[in-house]
Amino acid sequence: MSEPLLSVRDLRVSYQVGRNFVHAVDGASFDIPRGSITGLVGESGCGKTTIARALTRVIAENAAITGGQILFDGKDLAKIPEKEMNALRWRDIAFIPQSAMNSLDPVYTVEYQLDEVLRRRGGLNRKQSRARSEELFEMVGIDANRLNDYPHQFSGGMRQRVAIALALALDPKLIIADEPVTALDVIVQRQILDQLKELQTRLGVSVILVTHDISVVAYICDRTVVMYAGKVAESGTMQAALTAPSHPYTMGLRNAFPDLQGAASGILTPIEGAPPNLASPPAGCRFKPRCPFALDICGTEPPVIEVAPDHPVLCHRAHESAALRIESAKTETWMVPA
Amino acid sequence: MNMIAKRPDILVSVFDAKLHYAVGGAFAAMRGKSTVVKAVDGVSFDIRRGESVGLLGESGCGKTSMGRLLLKLEEKTGGTIHFDGEEIGAVRGSGLKKFRSKAQLIFQNPFDAINPRFTIRQTLAEPLENADIPRREREGRIITALELVKLPEPAQFLDRYPHQLSGGQLQRVVMARALILQPEFVVADEPVSMLDVSVRAGVLNVFRDVRDRLGLTAIYISHDLALVRYVCERTIVMYLGRIMEDGPTEDIVREPLHPYTKALVAAVPVPNPDQSHDPLPIGRGAPDPRNPPSGCVFRDRCPAAHARCASEIPLPKPVGTRTVACHLY
Repeated sequence: MSEPLLSVRDLRVSYQVGRNFVHAVDGASFDIPRGSITGLVGESGCGKTTIARALTRVIAENAAITGGQILFDGKDLAKIPEKEMNALRWRDIAFIPQSAMNSLDPVYTVEYQLDEVLRRRGGLNRKQSRARSEELFEMVGIDANRLNDYPHQFSGGMRQRVAIALALALDPKLIIADEPVTALDVIVQRQILDQLKELQTRLGVSVILVTHDISVVAYICDRTVVMYAGKVAESGTMQAALTAPSHPYTMGLRNAFPDLQGAASGILTPIEGAPPNLASPPAGCRFKPRCPFALDICGTEPPVIEVAPDHPVLCHRAHESAALRIESAKTETWMVPA
Repeated sequence: MNMIAKRPDILVSVFDAKLHYAVGGAFAAMRGKSTVVKAVDGVSFDIRRGESVGLLGESGCGKTSMGRLLLKLEEKTGGTIHFDGEEIGAVRGSGLKKFRSKAQLIFQNPFDAINPRFTIRQTLAEPLENADIPRREREGRIITALELVKLPEPAQFLDRYPHQLSGGQLQRVVMARALILQPEFVVADEPVSMLDVSVRAGVLNVFRDVRDRLGLTAIYISHDLALVRYVCERTIVMYLGRIMEDGPTEDIVREPLHPYTKALVAAVPVPNPDQSHDPLPIGRGAPDPRNPPSGCVFRDRCPAAHARCASEIPLPKPVGTRTVACHLY
């Protein structure tokens, strides 16, 4: 693999809640290759949004990056001064938020908001800005004569397209999209995903897609980073994650949601229990309390094992993953003795 | 129009149901904008006892409104809805109370559906109080209901508050509350959409299990065909207040007939990297419930639309195992 665009090393982000610290991201490492589209997946509270925000250093007031590196184009984003970071935002790293309605200003037209970015951050003049706005609207499939409309005049899907246009405005190298299609209906969702993929391929930009929906990731991503309770459970190519999931959590997820292409009679198997409270996580492997394959050794910090090139897995039993995978496909494996 | 007496196997019978909302008010009327949204517009179907039916569609298609009509949480604008042979529009007073104990709603968001200041015991005691169940019987019924939804060691939950429970546990409490009066009919409105993937399966399995054990008749409202397929043998597909297609879920998944259903099925992402990335067979744009197209409401996005679709509303027609409202059939 050539030099990645972004390399996250042992990243730690903590929130202060009262007198306690919640380690929302607790030593996450992964790479984002150039021109790739990577799905950052996990359940609520796993730290995926915190990572997404930490990459742009737009984090909550009670949060701080407490360790690790975010290497982007030769710079460590975790350490560079705020002024330098601010120059990178939008120009090099753009963000597509979950709810476009909340990110667009309701009292300004969409063109005004594009213009603000293009002129203030991009240094274009009024004429260039107008031309670029029209070009961007065309790219995301909206008629340019709607540039003068206000956000509320667009449907949910259109607003999400506007948000994509805004993110693309200054030709960024990396786009971070936080659940960009979660609030949308399945047909619009599919159309937006297709648009995003098409633009990503055409412009050669890298995309990090933050989502809880593995099907969405499988649909457009070529890589995935699976998170659980503040840690990266496994990462690698989409193909590897789907055909050879090697962390028991990923294996469990496979049985846990219905699949329109699967057999109709299949029974879904939940992963019993719930993710741990990060204010007091369990010792050792954080998945241990819900893992059917847990051993005594899992009470200690699990190592990162490369089960294959470009496929690191955070699990004591990663070297047995082929055998565990067979066990994990059986419903009995996940049943807790009553 | 009372066929119910002849069909004892039918629990719910809906004929030409309509629910129209007035929106926009006087100013919208002045500007000549339509002020009526037809959330449900001429919907007819029967539900057999013990049947599980999915109401499938995108936001704004009227599926939730339809569910609320069935439970008389909303008064219909037109048509008839019979429950167990009785038209529910006229039901009042003690009859309504009885109806409420027989037909229940399972809410979408467990975090909103339960009063945060009530303990789980209080939450579950409330419907029992309303139904005048004697106090001494209540505790036992509460425990039974919690056992039914597979909350382990239910007694330990009784004095807890909602915030002390996980989303999955809370949704089971919501389910227990809906079931505690032993209803015959439940409407579940996207009951797992707020839950994490790893715990969804547990709640869905409980839903299926309880339904089978109590022989419930159920409506499952969702925008997710894969979920509907997991819990319902029959699916009704809605678009802009009307039924597009109605039939066995497996048939719909395997070979959708209505052009809208075709797009809907093709759009569902599956965890398979080889899934087709072909453009969806549907026009862009969102349905506008204030100004639906004339004739077939789907025609402005339909790849197969022709002249007749603009002039004539397609009536539901039987096609094999299904009913389809489309001029192609």
